[in-house]
Amino acid sequence: MILFWGLAIVLIGSAVWVVAAKKPVHSVVGLLLHFAALAILYLSLSAEFLAVVQIIVYSGAILVLFLFVIALLSSGVAPFSMGPNRMPKAAVPAAILALIALGLLVYGVSRGVPAHPVPIAAAAPAGPVGAPGVFGSVADFGRALFTTNLLPFEITAFILMVAVVGVVLLAGEAVPYVPSRKRARRAEREMREAALRGGERQ
Amino acid sequence: MTQTLLPVALANYVGLSAVIFFIGVAGVMLRRNPLVMLMSIELMWNAANLLFLAFARAWMNDAGHIFAFLVITVAAAEAAIGLAIVVAVFRTARNVDVDEVALMKG
Repeated sequence: MILFWGLAIVLIGSAVWVVAAKKPVHSVVGLLLHFAALAILYLSLSAEFLAVVQIIVYSGAILVLFLFVIALLSSGVAPFSMGPNRMPKAAVPAAILALIALGLLVYGVSRGVPAHPVPIAAAAPAGPVGAPGVFGSVADFGRALFTTNLLPFEITAFILMVAVVGVVLLAGEAVPYVPSRKRARRAEREMREAALRGGERQ
Repeated sequence: MTQTLLPVALANYVGLSAVIFFIGVAGVMLRRNPLVMLMSIELMWNAANLLFLAFARAWMNDAGHIFAFLVITVAAAEAAIGLAIVVAVFRTARNVDVDEVALMKG
């Protein structure tokens, strides 16, 4: 219980830090703290595999991707590392709407959710954490993933493939297609002459 | 820790998830830096994931874990595509303020 409230404070504080930080790099650090605290919270919910996946995928892959993009864009002409700090025109109405929606959600939640839905007698038997048969163990998760839920797993693979193709299409360099060696030489010569002309002009 | 009861009541998890989600919403609406907006979207994904795992634990049902796994995958794909779009837009427009980017205006 103390763990939950401590983690809740860390989670909310780091989320506010992510949103309010002036530099995107500081936002990334706040997000790292957020993901780490969330992984501990997942452990306390006996979702061991998801906690490890949270650390590996989010902290290991997605945050590094963010850092790469920040570094890539910062090396250009604009002082990207600062980022635009101007508030949008609709800031005040947007904040009011968000607060109203949050209040409605918390109000509805506080009325309708039972504290402990499963009666104690019907719950799974207790055991050492991670042993097969105990709820949330890696063995049970794997069995459920590869037998009952095989189709979502395959859809996951498809989604990742589509994402990779899309990223290559979006961010890859547009290389002109050159069919033969002769035309390749001509294209290269034209490119060099164009570069020379550009150099003369400057 | 016993396997039978949640550490705290389920409504606390739902409230925490709602607060984190709306911090993410505020980030998307208030910040004009596309990277910070993407990070706020990640906050919202994670709030949803926390809810999946809390309910899975409360009802002793593995389906929530599977769905959280799927959500993590989709979030990773979304982050990759979003960052690719940011890079592509920055390459052509040399601008990172989303209010100023009007490439797709008809």
